[in-house]
Amino acid sequence: MNRTPLDHLLTWSGRILVALILGFVLLPFVVVLIASFNHSSILTFPPQDWSLRWYAHAFEYDDFADGVKNSLIIAAFGSTLALVAGTGFAYVLNRYEFRGKATLHAVLMSSLVIPNFTIGLGLLILAASVSIPRSMGLLVFLHITIVLPFVVRSVYVSLQNFERQLEAAAESLGAAPRRVLFTVTLPLLLPGLAAGWLFAAILSFNEFTASLFLVNQRTQTLPVAMYNYVREYADPTLAAVSVIYVVAVAAMLILAHIFFRLEKVLNVD
Amino acid sequence: MTKRPFLGWFVTPAGLIAIGIAASFLAILQYSLRAHVPGMLDPGGFTFDNFTTLLKPAYGKAFITTVLLCFWTALFTLLIGYPLAFAMLRTRSGWMRGAMLIITLTPLFLGEVVRTYSWIIVLGNQGFLNSALLGIGLIDEPISFMFTTMGVVIALVHFTLPIVVIMLAAAIAHIDRKLEQAAFSLGAGRVRVFLTVTLPLSVPGIVAASSTAFAWTFSAFATPQMIGGGQVVTISTLVYQVGFASFNFPLAASLSLAGLLFTIAVLSIFNLGMRRIERQGAH
Repeated sequence: MNRTPLDHLLTWSGRILVALILGFVLLPFVVVLIASFNHSSILTFPPQDWSLRWYAHAFEYDDFADGVKNSLIIAAFGSTLALVAGTGFAYVLNRYEFRGKATLHAVLMSSLVIPNFTIGLGLLILAASVSIPRSMGLLVFLHITIVLPFVVRSVYVSLQNFERQLEAAAESLGAAPRRVLFTVTLPLLLPGLAAGWLFAAILSFNEFTASLFLVNQRTQTLPVAMYNYVREYADPTLAAVSVIYVVAVAAMLILAHIFFRLEKVLNVD
Repeated sequence: MTKRPFLGWFVTPAGLIAIGIAASFLAILQYSLRAHVPGMLDPGGFTFDNFTTLLKPAYGKAFITTVLLCFWTALFTLLIGYPLAFAMLRTRSGWMRGAMLIITLTPLFLGEVVRTYSWIIVLGNQGFLNSALLGIGLIDEPISFMFTTMGVVIALVHFTLPIVVIMLAAAIAHIDRKLEQAAFSLGAGRVRVFLTVTLPLSVPGIVAASSTAFAWTFSAFATPQMIGGGQVVTISTLVYQVGFASFNFPLAASLSLAGLLFTIAVLSIFNLGMRRIERQGAH
């Protein structure tokens, strides 16, 4: 292929454009990084003095510690229960026909379309009208409904790529259905289950809008604690929390990329 | 009939969750038809008043604001998401592709609060952008990005970009490269190949990505709340305000219901458009 001057111009303007877009994505995180080391409690650029005091404050602030604990508990229970319910449902969705299947599917997947504030409000009103207190259990249920579609989808895709002959082979060798399930089907689905669980857990850890409707002082999650902090204080403590957040997520993604190749996971190969 | 050994066991947990979801919809529907009793959390008798209240200009304005935000966000996200997705797939260096993927994906897993807070520090009156512009003498007075629609749109574009890039990249990745090569071998230039082959073939991906951007923007709460600061009132911020500032849950319920019906209508239009495009593509 002959390259004309126009082609070179296109290549270079394309590269500059993409660099600018990546710069737009990274800009807020670079700025937060700078702000987090600013000694002053008023945000100024460039900072006059540098310090780590906001990191220290972030670790001492009880609401964040409680928030991390609550978020971890809710994410662990929510995504595990969603995995159990979602795997079972994806299995019957893939294998069986039964009455009400389409309706059940539509209701379970509806949280993909329904705005999170509507889900939060709905569950709040429901809980209030049947006198269920705003508790951790309620938050776990909320998070199950929000992450379930992602688990179902992830497991369903694994089931579609599943070699049914392996189950047939086990059956022909005399294994009972339960044995086939536990020794053949589930082990082979493991990568899909792990991916679904991890995605659900991350999603749940970060969920904010719906949770805001259902938390109280005692059960507030990390994102809610952070939101409340910004509304009360203007100091850069949250910048320190954000930096820790960004570094943790980026590190997880880099590891995921090294082990699983993200192109494959995202189907953009 | 074939044996279905696990049906009951496997469908029951999902069924229980579905009952919970359905019950909370019914709770919203029921509350939207009940009267608000000031000072009371329990609703009064049945009425259509909430829906007539929604016809008031303030609520109409929130609807228009939300739709405009969704429109601008989807448009700008597509405009910057497409080149990024395209470059990510066409770069020959695996290292570059990995870096681009990680940079694009990281924001997706940060949640709305972290990202919105970061934009506040960039866009604030004493924020990074204003300090930089004042510092190099480009402006004399700080520009107000906070509490403006433009500020909210900038942050929302950042919010929806990762999912849009992933969806576009998946669509572009599944275009058969032979079609492009054929166009090249027939003498078409790069611009022409892109405009007549690649772009048209990625239209279904563009439609899917823009409808997702629309839905995400519609349900965004922290961004319009924190950057809009009460000046950019959307359906989501209004629902929260009506619910928790005036404890008028019946009105909040009817507002959510109206918003939900609206989202479903818009997404159906996108779906219909997509089907039409697919039919044309089949000819």
